Amino acid sequence: MSTTIVTLPDQSTARIPKMNYLSKENGLLSWLLTGDHKRIAILYLISISFFFFIGGALAGLIRLELLTPQSDLMATDTYNKIFSMHGIIMIFFFLVPSVPATLGNFLIPMMLGAKDLALPKVNLLSWYLYIAAGILALYAMITGGVDTGWTFTTPLSTHYVNTNVITTGMAIFIAGFSSIFTGLNFIVTIHKMRAPGMTWFRMPLFVWAHYATSILMVLGTPVLAIALVLVVLERTVGIGVFDPAKGGDPLLFQHLFWFYSHPAVYIMILPGMGVISEVISTFSRKRVFGYTAVAFSSVAIAVFGFFVWAHHMFIMGISNYSVLIFSLLTMLVAVPSAIKIFNWAFTLYKGSITFETPMLYAFGFMGLFTIGGMTGIFLGTSGVDIHLTETYFIVAHFHFVMVGGMLMAFLAGVHFWWPKMTGRMYPEKISQLAALVTFIGFNLTFFPQFILGTLGMPRRYASYPPEFQVLNVFSTAGATILGIGYLLPVLYLTWSLKYGEIAGNNPWQATGLEWQTQSPPLTENFVELPIMDHEAYDYEWLERQKEKEVASVG
Amino acid sequence: MSDSPVLTQDALEAAHHAHPPYQRHHFETMDQQNDATNFAMWLFLLTEIMFFGGLFTAYLILRNWYYPAFVAASHQLNVYWGSLNTLVLISSSFTMAMGVWCAETRRKSGLVLCLTLTFLLGLVFLGIKTIEYSEKIEKHHVPGFHYSLQSFLNPASDPAAAQYGDKPLALDMARKTELYFFLYFAMTGMHALHMIIGIAILGFMIFRARAGAYTTGHVTFVENFGLYWHFVDIIWIFLFPLLYLISRHQ
Repeated sequence: MSTTIVTLPDQSTARIPKMNYLSKENGLLSWLLTGDHKRIAILYLISISFFFFIGGALAGLIRLELLTPQSDLMATDTYNKIFSMHGIIMIFFFLVPSVPATLGNFLIPMMLGAKDLALPKVNLLSWYLYIAAGILALYAMITGGVDTGWTFTTPLSTHYVNTNVITTGMAIFIAGFSSIFTGLNFIVTIHKMRAPGMTWFRMPLFVWAHYATSILMVLGTPVLAIALVLVVLERTVGIGVFDPAKGGDPLLFQHLFWFYSHPAVYIMILPGMGVISEVISTFSRKRVFGYTAVAFSSVAIAVFGFFVWAHHMFIMGISNYSVLIFSLLTMLVAVPSAIKIFNWAFTLYKGSITFETPMLYAFGFMGLFTIGGMTGIFLGTSGVDIHLTETYFIVAHFHFVMVGGMLMAFLAGVHFWWPKMTGRMYPEKISQLAALVTFIGFNLTFFPQFILGTLGMPRRYASYPPEFQVLNVFSTAGATILGIGYLLPVLYLTWSLKYGEIAGNNPWQATGLEWQTQSPPLTENFVELPIMDHEAYDYEWLERQKEKEVASVG
Repeated sequence: MSDSPVLTQDALEAAHHAHPPYQRHHFETMDQQNDATNFAMWLFLLTEIMFFGGLFTAYLILRNWYYPAFVAASHQLNVYWGSLNTLVLISSSFTMAMGVWCAETRRKSGLVLCLTLTFLLGLVFLGIKTIEYSEKIEKHHVPGFHYSLQSFLNPASDPAAAQYGDKPLALDMARKTELYFFLYFAMTGMHALHMIIGIAILGFMIFRARAGAYTTGHVTFVENFGLYWHFVDIIWIFLFPLLYLISRHQ
């Protein structure tokens, strides 16, 4: 297939269409009672950004405390609460819903050529559950917080702490149902709502990634729910299932918790991988290399993801044989992840690459996720894991995947689809700067933590030996830069809502169905039901479409 | 749950001519709408299986560890009430299935009758469950609240245990009976909670069915509720042998 070089369209003649999903109805109620997947996506975007900045502020406090070896900014108990709430908010209220509930919600029906998700009311319900859960979690935080870490490890959470475990547990229980409903909605939509001609292997890889994510959400989250119910019952009526004094098994909690929480890390990364597939293809003007392999690798990650949970428990007293098997299975997950990275690299090969902001974030993702993934192999190797677990190596590893991976992908996606969502472009130069600042700040924050971890600095302590201070100062300095990198997009994206250049239908000349309609789209997305008569990422088809347009106007 | 989403052009055009009032705007055809909602219900039941799965896992592990305690404790349950309740639930599943049939064949009075019967049978189930729970309270078998080991340390003093010829358990094993009752209350309680939710929805449906809501040809809601009701029954079908009939084969 020859590479097509496409010049981006002239935007000076573009106008924002009078009728669109934003202008259709006005007033607060029209938003709060909407069934429109696009409006719900915007509601989600606002609410998860709110929680991201709360979680971010808590992260700032953690880094500030760790600037010096002594515990001086706050009491050690407070520090425990701060890092617990940082984890809980970032995981359950930002990362899990980040891409699926915002971009996924907005785009999946459009990419499939549908008018809406299959169950619009359930979609709205899922947002309300999220908000209820968020308010409950914030209430728990304000009225004393919780200090178990985000993992609620028994018997610490059931017997030894006296903080708001019950309230926070219930908040996560409710947030879990919000996530279940999102996943359920996506699966039904992908099965039943595809436009004529949209076969499984014509779907954009973004949709495939969300399909895999939804399977994890639907099958994993209920197990977390019952585990949390049992913790709450233990604290209220003393049910002894996790209590060794009564004959129960604290390890059982670990099994149930990680049966969800390991797949949950794939819930947090797979949608990001979907975003990267779209961005890489669009800005190198090539079909994604090995489309089928990338599609199936998402599903493979979801399936393998359910069989590796015990690698979180290597030092917790599971048998040596379990360690051996789970270690091997953990290595297996690296295969589909590597397939993705290699295929994106081959997509770039001989492509006509341009360096718009989403592409910069995507490059950041590829590098940082690779490091995050490779260090995952270190940790999957049981011998190395026993040395490194519960140190800053772990912290650095999952921040490389979650922040370096998912957050980069989230920002890539928000920039990439911003013109579609709002009808206006973000300012290019400053956003490229923000992408660069984020990348530098990120590396400065988390790379020193790998070294700290191998030197043996344990995680979750407010104080540390003085010889670790230099690296911690680097890390805190990096966190400051990273903070600026995240603040910038909020400022210029808000600015662009009013002053941004008008985008037009398809500013990137991308091939997805969502780009073949007006921006911002109509409430029902398309004027008439689209018919998919070409493969995904077919840039030659797009060229032919343009020729046709010119011919018909002439 | 056919998996062919590619709608033919003809089907689409046909759909544009006749839009029943209950067809939601974002579906192209009524078939698509019914397929999608049915599929969603099955997926929801799958999440429910995973939810109960955690409890069943806990049960399996602890039962293997403390088998004698689980046997002795299960003898305290009343197999007579348990079997009767199983019968009640299966009958309610039957009336529910008849209800779906009545809705499909547009028999309004039949539908109202079936839903009312299901509603009543559900209440009977909960009533019998209350009798069983109160037996446990009387014998101090509610874990955590003055739990008594009397029936397991000295089975001769307890008619239920004596009836099975139970041998006295050692103290540390006898203590594990408390775990059995934890699980008994957690599992049947979670099941009863699902029953209560189901009965509440049934009440709402009887009210709507009397106004003729489900007998106009649009039966998805009744159908999907039927799936939920049968699912709750099936959970009980697993709970009954696991909790009541542990040592029947010996």
